[in-house]
Amino acid sequence: MSDLLSIDDLGATGIDELLALSESFVEVTQRDIPKIPALRGKTVVTLFYEDSTRTRLSFETAAKRLTADTMSFTAASSAVGKGESLLDTVRTIEAMGVDAMVVRHRCAGAPHRIASWIDAAVVNAGDGRHEHPTQALLDLLTLRRRLGTDGFRGLRVGIIGDVRHSRVARSGVKAFAAVGADVTVVGPPTLLPESLEGWPARATTDLDDALPELDVVYLLRIQRERLGSALVPSLREYTTRYGLTAARAARLKPDTVIMHPGPMNRGVEIAAEVADGPASIITEQVANGVAVRMAVLWSLLGSGAPVA
Amino acid sequence: MTAPIAGGGALPGDDHNRGTNEAAPSGGHLFSLRAKVFDADDLRRAHTRIAHEIVERNHGAGDVVLVGLYTRGVAVARRLADAIERFEGVDVPVGAIDVAFYRDDIGLRRVQPLGPTEVPVDVTDRIVVLVDDVLFTGRTARAALEAITELGRPRAVQLAVLVDRGHRELPIRADFVGKNLPTKVAEDVRVRLQEVDDGEDGIEIWGPDG
Repeated sequence: MSDLLSIDDLGATGIDELLALSESFVEVTQRDIPKIPALRGKTVVTLFYEDSTRTRLSFETAAKRLTADTMSFTAASSAVGKGESLLDTVRTIEAMGVDAMVVRHRCAGAPHRIASWIDAAVVNAGDGRHEHPTQALLDLLTLRRRLGTDGFRGLRVGIIGDVRHSRVARSGVKAFAAVGADVTVVGPPTLLPESLEGWPARATTDLDDALPELDVVYLLRIQRERLGSALVPSLREYTTRYGLTAARAARLKPDTVIMHPGPMNRGVEIAAEVADGPASIITEQVANGVAVRMAVLWSLLGSGAPVA
Repeated sequence: MTAPIAGGGALPGDDHNRGTNEAAPSGGHLFSLRAKVFDADDLRRAHTRIAHEIVERNHGAGDVVLVGLYTRGVAVARRLADAIERFEGVDVPVGAIDVAFYRDDIGLRRVQPLGPTEVPVDVTDRIVVLVDDVLFTGRTARAALEAITELGRPRAVQLAVLVDRGHRELPIRADFVGKNLPTKVAEDVRVRLQEVDDGEDGIEIWGPDG
């Protein structure tokens, strides 16, 4: 693997290997001194054209725990405002000597484009509505640590919310399906994919009908910028039909777990008491994010022989 | 697996043979069995003797922690702990460490982590006995020293191996040795343990044909 741009780059076997590898890094993150010299002398740059403090911090923490050097580039504080093109920016950064570029961009396909320009490894940290592969991997790792290595087969996963515009949903559906889970996407018709082609999942608009069957309830963030538009007329209406309220959470099976990629809109897609309740594994997702990103960076930069 | 196999032919999880963890060398030689050095009984006696020596050297096993290096070192450490339990009645903690992230050849060859490090007790002020199946260049042992000191400051660190095959590249020696086994660099030493490999326990030397 020379880049991680899409869940498709890994396939079922690759996902399985990466999750097994992640266990080694979970152990490292739990040490008193959570740092190993594995990527000493390597440089990882985070190149973020879209705000995302948590994902950027998670990648930077992962790199630092591997003893890589980190650099951070955000569009707000850069020469982008002076009109520099993406190509020039990327080439300039590469010329400083970087081994991996972690890219977030509002345009789908931007990380693929960058990967075609440079020799350094490229990790997609979210591109437009397209993919966010490390989010899907950390979600799988969180479930695997809870359910065991055989826990995915036939697992009923519901992904609820703005599926159509969500890169988290797109990567998540692919990854869950690849490991053998049974995925249903749930949301209002305006927020479901126009076609399920390329989505290995079923779809429904009726959350209350789907809910009692689910083993995993995965809530997507309602993006405020979609509010008030024709897509989501009102918050209240969304919460009434699709929010995981305390009343809905009470109808879940006893061992069903609740996940959310963050940041949460408490009281909108998830009730505060549900987010903090015993079925929620949202905090574990964040902790596992660092371990998964360590595994990804190690796989790209540490595990193999150097590219000649 | 008695038929000759191509390449370095190292067993999974080995790093004491030149072919280990690498793709088959170009124009890879065929390897075939040269000598059976230990059978299952020999191996059992070696474990028993090393276990006795560990207890004798440390005036008991009270402070000892056995830490195996993945993969076969972990199995050997468990066997040593079982032996000590039998004749001393002391339950010695057994841990497992992975040295992949501390190796000095990261980026030079394929380095694969073998499992999560798990040491069940705080090693600080304890006597840590690192356990591996084969001592060769000493580079794995060096990485293990770095890995273990990340977890704490042991009172002492000792090294126990089933086979010392020579060819050291670093100033490292073992405290407890099952068998000193002169080898050629190009040869493989293959330790087979029931817990890890199929079939009977034993130690074999394999060498390139021609």
